[in-house]
Amino acid sequence: MKTRLITSVVAAAAFLTGCGGSGEPEQVGIEPKVFADSLFAVMKSDRTNYTKLIIQRLGPNGVGAIQPLEHWEDTENSAPLPAQMFRYGAEGVTEMTDSFTYSLQSLWPVNKQNAPKTDVEIEGLKYIADNPGQNFYGEETLGDTTYFTAVYPDIAVSPACTSCHNAHRDSPRDDFKIGEVMGGVVIRLPLPQS
Amino acid sequence: MRKRLPWILWLLFSLLLAGVLGFELFAQPQKPHFLPGQTSVGHFQIELTCNACHSESFADRETIQQSCVGCHGEELKAARDSHPKSKFTDPRNASRLSEIDARYCVACHTEHNPEITLPMGLTQPADFCLTCHEDIAEDRPSHTGMAFDTCASSGCHNYHDNQALYEDFLLDHAAEPDMMMGSGLPQSSLPQLMAMSGQAWNTFNPTRVAEVAERDWQLAHQEWLAGAHGQANVGCQNCHQPDPEAPWEQQPNTEVCGDCHQREQDGFRTGKHGMRLAQGLPAMTPELARQPMKTEASHQSLTCNSCHAPHAQDTRVAAVEACIGCHDDEHTLAFENSPHHATWTEFLNGDRPRELAVSCATCHMPRVEVDHFGQQVVVVEHNQNATLRPNEKMIRTSCMNCHGLAFSIDALASPELIRSNFHDEPAAHITSIDMALERINTGSNPDPQNPNGERP
Repeated sequence: MKTRLITSVVAAAAFLTGCGGSGEPEQVGIEPKVFADSLFAVMKSDRTNYTKLIIQRLGPNGVGAIQPLEHWEDTENSAPLPAQMFRYGAEGVTEMTDSFTYSLQSLWPVNKQNAPKTDVEIEGLKYIADNPGQNFYGEETLGDTTYFTAVYPDIAVSPACTSCHNAHRDSPRDDFKIGEVMGGVVIRLPLPQS
Repeated sequence: MRKRLPWILWLLFSLLLAGVLGFELFAQPQKPHFLPGQTSVGHFQIELTCNACHSESFADRETIQQSCVGCHGEELKAARDSHPKSKFTDPRNASRLSEIDARYCVACHTEHNPEITLPMGLTQPADFCLTCHEDIAEDRPSHTGMAFDTCASSGCHNYHDNQALYEDFLLDHAAEPDMMMGSGLPQSSLPQLMAMSGQAWNTFNPTRVAEVAERDWQLAHQEWLAGAHGQANVGCQNCHQPDPEAPWEQQPNTEVCGDCHQREQDGFRTGKHGMRLAQGLPAMTPELARQPMKTEASHQSLTCNSCHAPHAQDTRVAAVEACIGCHDDEHTLAFENSPHHATWTEFLNGDRPRELAVSCATCHMPRVEVDHFGQQVVVVEHNQNATLRPNEKMIRTSCMNCHGLAFSIDALASPELIRSNFHDEPAAHITSIDMALERINTGSNPDPQNPNGERP
């Protein structure tokens, strides 16, 4: 009995330490989907808080202390738009890491450079618009790198979102409603080369 | 022996040559024999100091990029660069980067290629905007049919600095008249900055009065008394003997100016006047310049004192006389007959406040608002090239203190007018403001361009 137990423990240990003769040790780490979902959770939380706690509360729809403006640097008592804050975050991230990138895109972009461009982006943005509440995941090769690409719905969380986009002269739509998908957050993770 | 002699001579000559070149390559700061081709007007002053850009042997793009950003990064940041590197790092731009890798300055500004170098040191074809914006007419029908090289050449767009050209800015300033003399130039915050810095200095020591006479320093003392340093009682030793343990310096170098005027010195060293000093090279002299300079000024060294005469520190001299003392191009020579100069003469005669008078420095070394630890302060931009790369950068810092936006854009888009130092009204009209107005008034972009239209 004692011999059998020792043999089992040694066999288990050998298997767990990769000595079972099966070649490369199994890779461990966070699954791309879990990693991307986690990143999105942080982004969404920060973005919603900025929109509701700063822009909505202090802006024209609140106490009117600040004015959210695209060209805030040229106007006193103004603040960056939530979408700009989001973009500044994305730009800041690129200066710190190339482990992931993210951007805010839309099928109805104010800035046409933020329209989907790759096949996965187009498919993903259409999917989240047609399937409210669902995310889209895919893989794509851009340049010489394959990416895990996740697309998450960007939903109008306050009147600040809808009123601005509906009134903007560069917006292709003027009928956004609160709770509606206005665009998508695209997160990309480079996958290890096989 | 006779057969060997040529070989021996060849070997000796080769060794000698290798020694001379090796000494230059490894031991000399400047390496003229290793220059692969002439550099652009922006870099020729420092082109023999290879490591100014190639900070490492066989430096890759990333290393050279660090050199670019080291000198130009702050300026790009201040200009709210419209095309920062961060705009191109998203993998969705991979296809674009395969055409122009805009993450790196050298993608558009390669050096040592004079044959293909365009203004602003651009080495991409003039239609480079179309690489990404070829379909602009779909979004802006008013741009239909515009020539491929007019994006940045007509006073409408710049690649980096669009602070005076973006649509909302055009609309905000659309109704401005040609002349709008208000309060004119902003007041410099130098006294406020000195107070904020907590900088202390030694005042003039009256016991030195006897020494002034003894050493025949009366003229210097008189000039000092009448100048800015005398009025602020900045004593002699602050410049001549900042370290009390060090010997008295009869002719202090520019380093000492930076002890109190760091921001100004940084600006000076970033521009063409001081960039050689920034690289540890002897100061720039007019004879080295690629633009017309006065022969008699050929050998003057460009330091702080070249414009700010020691002791006198008369900024009226620094703002005009110092400039025309060296520069000999059409624009400079035309200044004395220009409407701008008339205002300067009125100021010198006491008939006009300085804030409403225009000197060379008003446009080329403007008083600019900058953020200083959260406070907006006004300082003199001592990088005289900052408003010239390209000249639309001058619109907000200089022109719009007295002129409307439309007039400013029109004036700066006219090479003839620049040559005559703005002697006349702008002949042609840039229609960017009209197009912006038309778009908001009609909700569309109906009209094609009218680059040669009449000014309204």
